[in-house]
Formats: sequence, structure tokens, C-alpha cells
Amino acid sequence: MKKVLTGNYAVAEAVKMARTEFIAAYPITPQTTIVERLAEMVEKGELNADFVRVESEHSALAAVYGASAGGLRAFTATSSHGLLYMYEMCWWVANSRLPVVMALVTRTIGPPWNIHTDHTDLLTLRDSGWILAMSENAQEAFDLTLIGFKVAEQIDLPFAVGLDGFQVSHTAEVVDVPEQSEVDEFLPERRRNKPFVIEPRNPITVGGLTTNECTMILRREMNRDMEKVGDLVKNAGYVRDYDLVERYRLDDAEYVVIMMGAWCGDAKDAIDVLRDEGVQIGMLRLRFVRPFPAEEIAKLDCKKILVVERDCSVGKGGIIATEVKSVANSPVQSVMAGLGGVDVGVDDFVSMFRRFVKGELGEWWL
Amino acid sequence: MVVVKIKDLPKEKFLLPGNTSCQGCPHALGLKSLGMALGDDVVLVVPAGCTTIIAGSKDKSSFKFPCLHVPFASAPAVATGLGSAFRRLGKKGIPVVWMGDGGSDIGFATLSGACVRKDDMIVIVSDNEAYMNTGIQTSGTTFWKARTTTSPTGKREEKKDLALIMLMHKADYVATASVGYLQDFIGKLRKASEIDGFRFIHLHSPCPPGWGFDSSETVEMARLAVKCGAWILWEFDGKFRISPMSKPYADKSKRAPLTEYLKKQRRFRHLSDEDIAEIERRIDEQWRVVLALEDVF
Repeated sequence: MKKVLTGNYAVAEAVKMARTEFIAAYPITPQTTIVERLAEMVEKGELNADFVRVESEHSALAAVYGASAGGLRAFTATSSHGLLYMYEMCWWVANSRLPVVMALVTRTIGPPWNIHTDHTDLLTLRDSGWILAMSENAQEAFDLTLIGFKVAEQIDLPFAVGLDGFQVSHTAEVVDVPEQSEVDEFLPERRRNKPFVIEPRNPITVGGLTTNECTMILRREMNRDMEKVGDLVKNAGYVRDYDLVERYRLDDAEYVVIMMGAWCGDAKDAIDVLRDEGVQIGMLRLRFVRPFPAEEIAKLDCKKILVVERDCSVGKGGIIATEVKSVANSPVQSVMAGLGGVDVGVDDFVSMFRRFVKGELGEWWL
Repeated sequence: MVVVKIKDLPKEKFLLPGNTSCQGCPHALGLKSLGMALGDDVVLVVPAGCTTIIAGSKDKSSFKFPCLHVPFASAPAVATGLGSAFRRLGKKGIPVVWMGDGGSDIGFATLSGACVRKDDMIVIVSDNEAYMNTGIQTSGTTFWKARTTTSPTGKREEKKDLALIMLMHKADYVATASVGYLQDFIGKLRKASEIDGFRFIHLHSPCPPGWGFDSSETVEMARLAVKCGAWILWEFDGKFRISPMSKPYADKSKRAPLTEYLKKQRRFRHLSDEDIAEIERRIDEQWRVVLALEDVF
């Protein structure tokens, strides 16, 4: 059924259809409307879940951690400063291998205060052990939330669904919503004792002191299991097929742009303009940052690659470009743009891509 | 008040022998009592602290309780989630947060949040009046003038009264207890287990290496704290009562000499007569507050 939903409401709808049992979240712009909608669903009896109004993001993920350790399907959502405040718990959840799903509505990290989109917050989770997806629109935010629960529960790693603040979170679009019966078939009840369950009269201890080797084995196994996520996503059995990347006009492309998130829509329009001019340019859109689509990037057979990203590792530059360079077999150019939500539109991309093709592109910034 | 007879207590051990607590450790006394009081209904949530060590390492556990280790500032929130899981999945059990005064400092917002929501749990703060696991640093409940490694000349600030703070949070049950009076502690745990919602017990836990007294004297030190009036046992279950062990010491003339309690501890050896007089004045003030609360609630 087609519904008009903002990205945030699409996520809330997916959380409801996943029959999520426990939700804890603390409000932060631009995430807030996800949990407002979920609270409304719970109050109206449309969703049979416990909704806990916690006092901070750290407690939001702590409560979700407890619920998930107790066997429930659990969800939280946050942005930027909220993510940083819960950051310790993010690692605790990952290393405990609990299949938590979190929506991360990307927002600039301050100061100065800034509520607009920037992907640096999402990328702070890069090394933690979370599966990291980044959606382009409300449909993907919806689909990836459902796929998130499925894959997380299969591989015992937490799953973060990224969506751009305001550009996706607050923009209403048509979303194709499957029937509840289709979702139930795709996503059965969580296996409650996997990877472990904390319950009365079952005297196990989880998370305590161990040998150093135990930590080493844990992180190695997480790293190995993360590599399986690509296949799990491809074979998830969802109503629409998904992959770690989207390939846009890539088959004969001599010039390839690598990007992620909402602005890829504008960048695709720019690619169409250049295509009309006869330039063989295409896009490899990252739908996932973790696992990193290394194979897909290594396979690119082109003259050169441009990575455009709205994040910055101060002292090294573009985070995605650094990673792309480590696996690409073509020269890679890096551009950081749109930091702090600075608007980059179709005309900007047309100009940027033309200069890239001609070899005249330097730094972009503003 | 629930009367506890020693001969009626269960023999099953939930803190196993051979654990890694220090000699004379008050937490060990408290954890043993927790097992005797509530047995296998307990699911422990333990943030970083001495109990992280006591719980055992590698593939060995010192607990017959299920135990989830959690980050320092997170424990009551984790218990909120666990409690929800037990309720929804029809499992009978109580999430019990066992933490120190460190956990209640760094996790104070979380403690407050869980209490305000009246989430289903028992929180026990086993308070040894400093951050002992990291090597005796000053905490929010460290006694005024006590020496610690971060207040080598004595703490300059007053301690906070955690139990009264939780009382003012409208917790469903609040009590103070002491490892010197374990039957009283067990009775309070059982009373707490009969009440729904957020239940808080502030357990006074003298620490031999942290305070500087002989490890054979933990119970004696805890009792001296009560007898000199420095630690007041009380209970709130809708009605506020001073517990029988403390009741006589409302009358100042019945109290043990304060110097007896202070001078036995290395952390107080430097106190002057004026300091001791000031501590006595503060103890008298505390009694006035607690006696007034008996009238109010």
C-alpha cells in the first residue's frame, strides 16, 4: 500500500510493523518525530511495546541493552549529540552482540549549534561493530529498518539506519508499505535466547572480566561476521531486493562518483545532465559503510573516481575517500562538501562533476 | 518491619566461597545477605566497581545469581530494560542493581530517572564512602575531613545524603542499612521485594583498606557507626520509621563516643578536637532531620 510519509514516520511505521517490543529514546532534533510517533502508536494500542521515557540518550541505549539482553526486540533513535552521549553504550551493545536497531537521523556535531545534516556523527560508529546503513529517501529508511532487524538478529550485530536530518527525516514522500502479513513472514519473532538471555534462575554472567585473548577472539569474530552481512542483505528475502551499494548509470562509466545519503538524488540529476552532454559518468552510491563495500569499489573499471562526502576527519580529510583509496584500482579524488548542512544542489554538482571530468577540480568547501 | 531469624535463613550460597573480595570485605557480607534474602529471584546488574572483581574472571563466576555487567553510569537504566523483558515474557524475578557510591555519583541522572518512572527494580548502593576499586578516591558520599588519595589532607566538602535524596524522589521504598546489622538488611530486602516499583537501599559498608582499620573489624566498625549516631538506620514504606537498631541513639546520651569510631580509622587520624566537635554538630543536625521526617511521613 502506498502511503505519504516523512522519513521519520516511515521509520516509525517500520518499527511498528516489526512488532518491536521495547523502545527507549530521548528527544533530539531532527530525530524527535520518530519517537513521538512511536509513543502515539503505543498509547493508541496500535503497537504492543513498552515505551520508556528515559532521562538521557545514554540511558536510552542502556535500557534498550537491558531489554535486548532479556530477549526483547528493541529499538532506539537519536542524532548527533545524542549519539555522542550514548557512545559508550554503543560499544557495549556491539561487543555484547545484541541485535539492537537504531535510527540515526544525521545532524551536525557542535559547537556551534547546528541542527542540519552532516554525516560525521554516523561515522563515529565506524569502528564500533555496528552495521551502518545510510538511506537516500523515506522508502529506503523504511525498508532498511525492517532489513535491519532481520540481519541484526541473524548475525548478532547491532544495526544503525542513517537518514539525513530534514532532507529525509522531515520530507514527505510516497512510501510503498508492505502488508503486515508480508512483514510477519519476512521477520518472525526474535529467537529470545540468541546470542544469550539474562533471566531469573539461569545463573550466567555476561560482560565481566575475562582473559585478554577473549577480547581478541570477540573482535576477530565480529570482524569476520561483519563480512557476511553483504550476503545476508542480498538474500534477506525482503519484498524489494537490496545490496550494499546502488549502481546508477555505471555500466559504461569512465568517471565514477561515490557518495551516500539524501543528496545523491541531486547528484544523480547532475549525472543525467552530463550524460546528456555525452559524458560517460555514473554513481556508486554507498548504502552501507559497515560492512564497507570493498569488492564493489575494487571492481570499478574507470578512468577516475570522485568521492563527495559531508564529513571530515580533521587532520586527514574525507573519511569515505580514505577508505575508498584503500581498495580502489583507479585514481581517487576527494571532495568534502555540505558540511554543517551547507546546501549543495544540482547546479553545484553539475559544476563539480564537469570540473572533475576535465581535471580542473580542486577543493570545494563553499 | 520484617523479623529475620538466623536459624530460618536458607543455607544455599549465592556468593560462592573462594571469591576475590578482600579480607573483611563489606560487599561480600552484603551480597551473601542478598542471596539469603531473595535467593534465585535476583538478577544482578553490576556497574564498574569492586563487585566487578568480586564477580570473578575468565570462565569462573563467584555468583549463583545471573549477572549482567554494565557500564559505570548505566545500571538502573539497564535494569529498566531487563524488568520489562521479565514482565513481558512472564518470568518471575527482580532486577537488582548492586553498585557502589561511585556508580551512584556518575550514574546519578540514571538513578533519578529510573526512580521518577517508578521502574521495577531494587537498587542497593553498597557505600564504602570513596572510590575504592580505583584506589580510595573521594566520592560524593566521602565523609567530611576523611583522607583519600585525591583529598590527601582531608575532604573539604560535606557528604551527600543519598537515601534522603531518593526519599525526596518519591521512591516506593527507601531504607538505610548496615553490614553491621545483616538481619535488619535482610528484613529490609524482603520488605522491599513485597513492594512494586522502585526500591532503594543505602547500605553502609566500612572498607578495611579504604578506611584504614583491621580486616577483622568490619562488622564492629559498621556497628560503631550506628552506635555513635553517625549512620542512622531508617525505613520508608509509605511511613517513615527509625529502625530499632538506631532508635536508642535518638537520645544523644546513649550514643557511643564519636572519637571511638573516628580514631579507629586511619582516614580520620589527623582530626583535631575542633574537627571532631564539628562532626558531632553535623551528626546532631542529621538526627534532627531524621526525627522530623518521622513526624512528616
